[in-house]
Amino acid sequence: MANTEYIVRTKDVRKEFKMGQETMKALNGVSVDVKRGEYISIMGPSGSGKSTLFNAIGGLDKPDSGSVFINDVDMAQLDANELAFLRCHTIGYIFQTFNLITVMTALENVRLPTIFAGMSAEEGEKRAMSLLDLVGLGHRYNHKPSELSGGQQQRVAIARSLANKPSIILADEPTANLDSRTGTEIIDLLRRLNKDQGVTVISATHDYKMLDVSDRIIWIRDGVVEKIELRSDLKIQVGGMQVPAGSH
Amino acid sequence: MPPETDAQSTVDDKPVHGKIFMPFSVVVTIAMNGLKIRFWRSIVTASGIFLSIAFFSYVVTNLMLAPHLTSDERHRQTFLAIISVLVAGVGITNSMLMSVTERFREIGTMKCLGAPDSFVVKLFFVEAAFMGLTSSAAGFILGLLGSLLLLAISSPGTDFSLPKIGLVLLWSLMVGVFITFGAAYFPAQQAAKMPAASALRTDV
Ligand SMILES: Nc1ncnc2c1ncn2[C@@H]1O[C@H](COP(=O)(O)OP(=O)(O)OP(=O)(O)O)[C@@H](O)[C@H]1O
Ligand SMILES: [Mg+2]
Repeated sequence: MANTEYIVRTKDVRKEFKMGQETMKALNGVSVDVKRGEYISIMGPSGSGKSTLFNAIGGLDKPDSGSVFINDVDMAQLDANELAFLRCHTIGYIFQTFNLITVMTALENVRLPTIFAGMSAEEGEKRAMSLLDLVGLGHRYNHKPSELSGGQQQRVAIARSLANKPSIILADEPTANLDSRTGTEIIDLLRRLNKDQGVTVISATHDYKMLDVSDRIIWIRDGVVEKIELRSDLKIQVGGMQVPAGSH
Repeated sequence: MPPETDAQSTVDDKPVHGKIFMPFSVVVTIAMNGLKIRFWRSIVTASGIFLSIAFFSYVVTNLMLAPHLTSDERHRQTFLAIISVLVAGVGITNSMLMSVTERFREIGTMKCLGAPDSFVVKLFFVEAAFMGLTSSAAGFILGLLGSLLLLAISSPGTDFSLPKIGLVLLWSLMVGVFITFGAAYFPAQQAAKMPAASALRTDV
């Protein structure tokens, strides 16, 4: 049953990369709890371990030690196929580089996860079409990614991430390759999905515009959690923070 | 302020546990669709198999049908046949290796969307089987025609024995499919086992 308070929990997650002689401790004991329906931003400088944490939570890479629980299920206990099931049904992924399948149209891209979920072709196509409408791209359904702008590609990716009604959307710097205005549109879209559909959003980001919509901000530095802030706490500090011009 | 969990959540409460099951027909559909949308890439890969097997079938047809081959010529032809298999091996392996590795990223993406490892392996096997069979068959025909034409001109009265031609067909298909499969096997296994994160990081 999926009614526990915490949808994602990590316990003392560690991951290191060996590069020649050196070992790089990308995650050095990260424990975070994410409540169902929260909008979480993971902030931190480049190389601080955001993507590594993203991969660990998303089951895209195994941590060296520590555990990740999704709906109280320890991911390490799942076999390869169960992990695929989890990725198919429970988590939707959004990437900085969009990662659409280049040879497929927008509609085919959004439909793809429904195939893995065993949905029929008509049903999957209907669902994909309604999701493209939801992100405002219904009219471009027949276009390949190369024929879409960055912002449009990211919206297709968001539609795709929603294909099997995930409980969690995991995003790794979804606005990093977009200009400020398009970035804001993407953030608003994620927030709307979070509000209207109750999807938990966890997003790694450098983008200060994200802070406005986040319920909590997890700051990471050198592979450890530096601090966790509530947005309400943040409001007070905003004056002192270096918010780049153009963001609100 | 802690967020209030949305009461009118439209997100389905679903079990986390479960298995992905994909009927084989779905794998075949996706594989065929993949070959179609990558039409020109598929043609290039297929050409590698096609030409290799054409060469093979040419040499073997000649070896089987040419009348009065001296033992010296027979040895030379056999040597050529072996070389042609090696050429086919290298050519096809190269084609298949390319066609799998250039899609690592795509495989990583598909894994994120719920593709199980077994699907990745099956996908490439179905592609390899289809490419291997069709290209080898076409290659066989070209090699056979070339050889027959030359034989008809150079040694009239050659006995074009159907059973022998059938044997050449069998060999061509076996060699073509076997090599294509073998060439797809290791990169497909590698792609399937690779953690999705690593597959996504590759950029070819
Ligand atoms: N596959 C890998 N091989 C070797 N080192 C890696 C690998 N992935 C990450 N690292 C290292 O781990 C550390 C954390 O990387 P990570 O990608 O998680 O940072 P990040 O916070 O996402 O940075 P950015 O904001 O630039 O995306 C970095 O020092 C990086 O060099
Ligand atoms: Mg990163």
